[in-house]
Amino acid sequence: MDIETIAIRFGYGLPVTVQDKTEVLALLSGPDHAVERWPGPRLADLAPLIRDYRALRKTNDEAAQKDLLQQGDQLALRGVQAIFCRALGSTDGFRERLVAFWADHFTVAPRNRLERALPAILIDEAIRPHVTGRFADMLRAVTLHPAMLIYLNQEASFGPGSPRGKRQKKGLNENLARELLELHTLGVGAAYSQTDVRELAELLTGLTIGPEGFVFDPRRAEPGAETVLGATYQGKGLEPVHQVLDDLARHSDTARHIARKLAVHFVSDTPEAGLVAALESVFRDTGGDLRAVAEALVAHPAAERPVAQKARQPFDFMIAALRALGVGPDAVRSLEFRQARRLLFDPLAAMGQPFQQASGPDGWPEGEADWITPQGLAARIDWAMAAPERLVRPLPDPRAFLSAALGSRAGDRLVWAVGAAESARDGVGLVLASPEFNRR
Amino acid sequence: MDRRFFLKGLGTLGCTAAAHPLITSLTLAATPGENRLVVIILRGAMDGLDVVQPRGDRALLAARPGVLAPASDLDGFFALHEGLSDLMPLWQAGELAFVHATSTPYRDKRSHFDGQDLLEAGTGTDLAPAQSRDGWLNRLLTVMPGARAETAWSVGRETLPILAGTAPVEAWAPDQDLQVTPAAQALLAHVYEADPAFHAASATAFDLAGLEEGAGRDAELLAGFVGDRLREDARIAAFSLSGWDTHKAQGRAIRRPLDQLQRAVLTLRRQAGPEVWAKTAVLAMTEFGRTVRENGSGGTDHGTGGAMLVAGGAVRGGQVLGRWPGLAEADLYDRRDLMPTSDVRDWAAQALASLFGIDRTTLEGTVFPGLRMEAPKGLIL
Repeated sequence: MDIETIAIRFGYGLPVTVQDKTEVLALLSGPDHAVERWPGPRLADLAPLIRDYRALRKTNDEAAQKDLLQQGDQLALRGVQAIFCRALGSTDGFRERLVAFWADHFTVAPRNRLERALPAILIDEAIRPHVTGRFADMLRAVTLHPAMLIYLNQEASFGPGSPRGKRQKKGLNENLARELLELHTLGVGAAYSQTDVRELAELLTGLTIGPEGFVFDPRRAEPGAETVLGATYQGKGLEPVHQVLDDLARHSDTARHIARKLAVHFVSDTPEAGLVAALESVFRDTGGDLRAVAEALVAHPAAERPVAQKARQPFDFMIAALRALGVGPDAVRSLEFRQARRLLFDPLAAMGQPFQQASGPDGWPEGEADWITPQGLAARIDWAMAAPERLVRPLPDPRAFLSAALGSRAGDRLVWAVGAAESARDGVGLVLASPEFNRR
Repeated sequence: MDRRFFLKGLGTLGCTAAAHPLITSLTLAATPGENRLVVIILRGAMDGLDVVQPRGDRALLAARPGVLAPASDLDGFFALHEGLSDLMPLWQAGELAFVHATSTPYRDKRSHFDGQDLLEAGTGTDLAPAQSRDGWLNRLLTVMPGARAETAWSVGRETLPILAGTAPVEAWAPDQDLQVTPAAQALLAHVYEADPAFHAASATAFDLAGLEEGAGRDAELLAGFVGDRLREDARIAAFSLSGWDTHKAQGRAIRRPLDQLQRAVLTLRRQAGPEVWAKTAVLAMTEFGRTVRENGSGGTDHGTGGAMLVAGGAVRGGQVLGRWPGLAEADLYDRRDLMPTSDVRDWAAQALASLFGIDRTTLEGTVFPGLRMEAPKGLIL
């Protein structure tokens, strides 16, 4: 496969920073340099703030509350910066795109100001460590992480027969259990029933957060055995939870679900059956080895076709544009908050993808029709025309920029139009607003 | 001491003394003077033949059966496009002049980017455009006595290459968000035609995108800001107006940029006030002209010789300057374009000499390296 196709389909676009597919996979097999170079916030930083804030809410100490919120804002900012810096600066682009895929698969979104750093924390603590590891390990790390427990209301779930459930007359919250089956593992079309959801929800009781982070609280755990998809889980503590997560991770429906999602995300809204089948069998045969699945994805002939069948999502579009413009991590990090909002975050929202604020746990839609809407396209055009000159001075020669941004992929119409543009501003904007650049 | 080294050193000092801001500020008056220069870059190649129409040339009507707007007579030979008719009072007051059949040294490739690069670099074609990183207005600052950052303003959302360079300048951009020019929209529409999804979304998208509705307002905003600065410390300012690339339906397409241009000039005049306007010269220059013959879609294509608008109280107005080469086919450049009979840099250099007292050696050596200035032509009072 030509290296441009790899960089565009499996990375954040041009310029290419690697030589060939072998190097892409070698980087993926190596250590996660980006997370070391651009570290994000950790739960250990945020947990005390959440704990103190919850305690303070009962008081009227507004100054102290405000101070905690501002500390939380700083953590969130660090998280955002880390994500932009890695996407812009890493040569291991495939890893970054895989991380983004899994972060979307396991979507969490902040529900309030103090939770804004949680999505970045989940990525660093539960997703990145396993992105080339086993799916079962990622599933366990995510499911037990406070970010997910908070987002899908698991901390509000009590076994009806548990000591605290009985005493406080509290019951189950099925949210996490349902999404675990529907979104995270088997997929919505799989053969599970409401009974499976409920039994799994009972099995998950006890997972909650304490002052330092995740805890298992036996006083809210439903006693007795639960049956999920025909298998019976019993025992005390986390053991049966680990067991059911492992079983879900290796379920054949999970393999099919994940295989299809990967093919749809990276290659085509309507992927060839052969590609999905190939990924599915690798997933199943390797026991969910995500590096092996990623290699199979890059190696498959369907993924090698140079035809760009996907619309770049707004974040991908913006990162690819910034990279093509030569706007690096330091430039983005040095933006003042107001500038960053105006140049990055407001435009992302206008394009239909407010940063880390997917409207539900199912994450962002994949279809071209979801993104290339009149409103979304208008926002892309606006940004393409307006942002470059605010970020890059002087603007590049549009003809040189065309080849820097698209390599050999520019169509005849675009080449002509860029040459005919009456200013550098229009020419650069045309490149970024073009179908060629908005597809991958 | 090595005598040769001494002589060489002295010689070097002699050559650059005028160009050295520290020395000039000591030896000359430490203020940039009272005169003002505003340069407006007209991006997209203004059609000089439509804007300042050589009605006295018999070949004009044959070349332009369709593309020629109604115009008001200027001097019996030239007539002014009606889209600039609000500027007629300035013509009558001697505050408006034009230079015709002028161009940069740029020839043949007719690329907007290269043409604008050269126009703003103020260099000859001996230097590849990419090599000339600074603009001629910035080099002017390096030789202007008493020039400080507040002396020069780059106005608008882009960084103007004409003011790029080592001398510090101020920059300002209007705080509202940006727009898509009609020219860019037309090109985008062409590109989207090949992609059904983008084509389908784009019809409404163009309505939603920040299209340049208030374009005239935008020009007034820029010019108003410049006018205010001119009343203060600014002696040099530059901004650009786009939309001149009228390949199609020029009769309609050129209205908007013309309206911007006349609003910009009128706003500058009003905002500067009579006293400052009297000491101001405005040069509106474009990268090249357009084809003499109209094309098949009611427009004109990239050409060579063009026109420059000159306005201000410091200008010897009421005249169209430049030697007219004629429009007969044998008189054209490449048998298609208006033949340039002057170098646009020469006019700019004349203006700098008159306005700021910059000597010819400096103009030909530093500001416009390689230029050979002709005899003064009385552009500035």
